[in-house]
Amino acid sequence: MKRYFIPFGVFVVMLGFLALGLTLKPRELPSPLVGKAAPAFLLPTLNSPGSSLSSQDLRGKVWVLNVWASWCVACRDEHATMVEMAKLGLVPIYGLNYKDQRADALGWLDRLGNPYVASLFDAEGLVGIDYGVYGVPETFVIDKVGVIRRKFIGPVTAQMVRDEIVPLVARLNS
Amino acid sequence: MSSPLRLVLALLLAIVAFATRANEAAPLAADPALEVRVMRVAEELRCLVCQNETIGASQADLAVDLRKQIRTKLKQGESEAQILDFMVQRYGEFVRYRPAFSPTTALLWVGPFALLALAAFVLAANIWRRRRDAPPPELSEAESQRLAELLGNGIARP
Repeated sequence: MKRYFIPFGVFVVMLGFLALGLTLKPRELPSPLVGKAAPAFLLPTLNSPGSSLSSQDLRGKVWVLNVWASWCVACRDEHATMVEMAKLGLVPIYGLNYKDQRADALGWLDRLGNPYVASLFDAEGLVGIDYGVYGVPETFVIDKVGVIRRKFIGPVTAQMVRDEIVPLVARLNS
Repeated sequence: MSSPLRLVLALLLAIVAFATRANEAAPLAADPALEVRVMRVAEELRCLVCQNETIGASQADLAVDLRKQIRTKLKQGESEAQILDFMVQRYGEFVRYRPAFSPTTALLWVGPFALLALAAFVLAANIWRRRRDAPPPELSEAESQRLAELLGNGIARP
């Protein structure tokens, strides 16, 4: 009898690992940037190529950086949530328009609404690389001193706004 | 040159011309030595969009961008180690195909060898136990007879 216990034990342990594996999302990698200073940037804005916005300009307030593109299908799903979040007026949302065409991006905002205080225009995707962007949309919550507090990969849902972003922003603002 | 041969040659040339045109132009640097170094770094990095490919092998947009980034940085004189660090800072240890040895990756590095050692130990223990517990081998009739002869008892006594 005893000799059946060992294979059975091994089986149970493997079952445990496999069950755990099913709950993991391999596409959502932990970002090494959470808890570190948000990479500095200086980019032209989407609306006016002449003016630019830098990471320094955003010091002193809690803000949300949402990486989006008009070619990104999942961004379309997410966009309504961003518009709703902007309506709450709790936190300014800045867009990072990632590897897009200016005309396409502006048209997209015209059609679907513009939740962004401003969108940065990152045609080459270099700022995207600095922020470790690998799947659009991605969303960062950045605190008053410019530290990334949270990163979301993939579309943010209304539930995530309610349960995670709103409480986090309130905590960072207090 | 005979005309059939000429025809064959012409066809061959046409195929070659097509084949070269059909090839997608790889974004090669003017400098092949640099390109070798770019690929050497790129082979060390995992493409995060298609997670089982290297940045060197992947055709995903992000991989193309990152190869470009590697090329720029090498041109600026950065070392390969510096570039790997740059990538790890942005994308995490996961981006490396050969992660550095640390408490979180220790199991990854040591695990297979530990399992192999465990298996070898179990195998050795099993063999030893079997040998110990095995009943003494039985003798065939001819062998028992010979044994009796040698021991000098039984019917075979001269």
